[in-house]
Amino acid sequence: MGLATTNKVTISVNGDSMEVPSGTTVATLLQLLHVEPEQIAVELDGNVAQRERWCDISIAPRATLEIVRFVGGG
Amino acid sequence: MNERDRDRYSRQIRFSGIGLSGQQRLIGARVAIIGCGALGSFQAGALLRAGVRRLVLVDRDYVELNNLQRQWLYDEEDAECARPKAEAAARHLLRIDGESKAEPVVADLDPGNIGEILDGVDLVLDGTDNFETRYLINDFAVQRGIPWIYGGAVGSYGVAMLIVPGSTCCFACLYPQPPAGVQPTCETAGVVNVLTSSIASLQVNAALQLLCGRLCEACITTIDLWGGGMRQIRQPAARADCEVCGLRRFSRLEGRRRVPISLCGRNAVQIHSLSGPVDLLRLKKQLLPLGEVRANELALRFFVPPYEMTIFHDGRAIVKGTTDAGIARSLYAQYVGS
Repeated sequence: MGLATTNKVTISVNGDSMEVPSGTTVATLLQLLHVEPEQIAVELDGNVAQRERWCDISIAPRATLEIVRFVGGG
Repeated sequence: MNERDRDRYSRQIRFSGIGLSGQQRLIGARVAIIGCGALGSFQAGALLRAGVRRLVLVDRDYVELNNLQRQWLYDEEDAECARPKAEAAARHLLRIDGESKAEPVVADLDPGNIGEILDGVDLVLDGTDNFETRYLINDFAVQRGIPWIYGGAVGSYGVAMLIVPGSTCCFACLYPQPPAGVQPTCETAGVVNVLTSSIASLQVNAALQLLCGRLCEACITTIDLWGGGMRQIRQPAARADCEVCGLRRFSRLEGRRRVPISLCGRNAVQIHSLSGPVDLLRLKKQLLPLGEVRANELALRFFVPPYEMTIFHDGRAIVKGTTDAGIARSLYAQYVGS
């Protein structure tokens, strides 16, 4: 008793499985991964998530995310 | 099509996806390649060999020895003569196919010349090394309804995406603003030579399908050659509130977001500001292996003979050793990113 347990959920990010706290939003995940938000697009379960909604979308268990970073070199 | 061309392109004509009609479309197409570096020089060679003889090759830079590691068309003689890339590329293309109609344009693509340079092209391929030009291309392509194919590559990671105005989302739907601050570039972070040819191959593949009239799936493809492999996501729908393709506001084409450049003093150019504050300590770390760097918290000076760049905390820069705005932009894109 008194021990807070954080529920974890397993998700897939660019094909790698990882555990995040339940209720993690897309925005929080990007912070966890140290990804600079303006350089990326995020696909969640087959659809690109609009960046204005990253703070609101909680990532469900077994969700599949793809993070696409865009780069300038050529 | 004459007998010689039937023979030259026989392996493509036999491929059912292209066939005789596709080959004729390729021969009839006119395609612009913006930037003839690692991506662009590969695209030019591949498209010409596929039958696209009418290529517009745009580049503001000249060939250097350190380009030869990944810029397939060029050789030591080009580097020794410091030949402009667009012209060097056109010369090599003529050796590949004596009927090449490649048109070299040695210029920095800007709002003032883009309409003339890209007039009458069916498709634009991105071989640039900076975001500013890509947003300009996106504005132009959406305004005129011309498809373009984005490609970017640094280190071992790259991205390619086809944009067809009216059919797919545009670049600004996905990325409304270019990234701020210091960006990794091929000069600072390096690049694997088969990465750029892989990304350029994806771009050319999309180009061939589009020119042959095949509707390809709207997707974004990424490659990490040193871990991660090739991945693909579906492009989202175009955004109704996208400033460029939704609201049709072409601020970059109109030059309103153009980074102002001015001559300052003798033999120096000032780039007033790019995408906001620059982390000078981080930039110093990136530039130290590349040459002499002196920095304090307010400014950083980097020596890249015969030029000297002074970059200020707010993103402004002074490039000494030239009065050419194109060279100044090019150095900024190479060493600071944009």
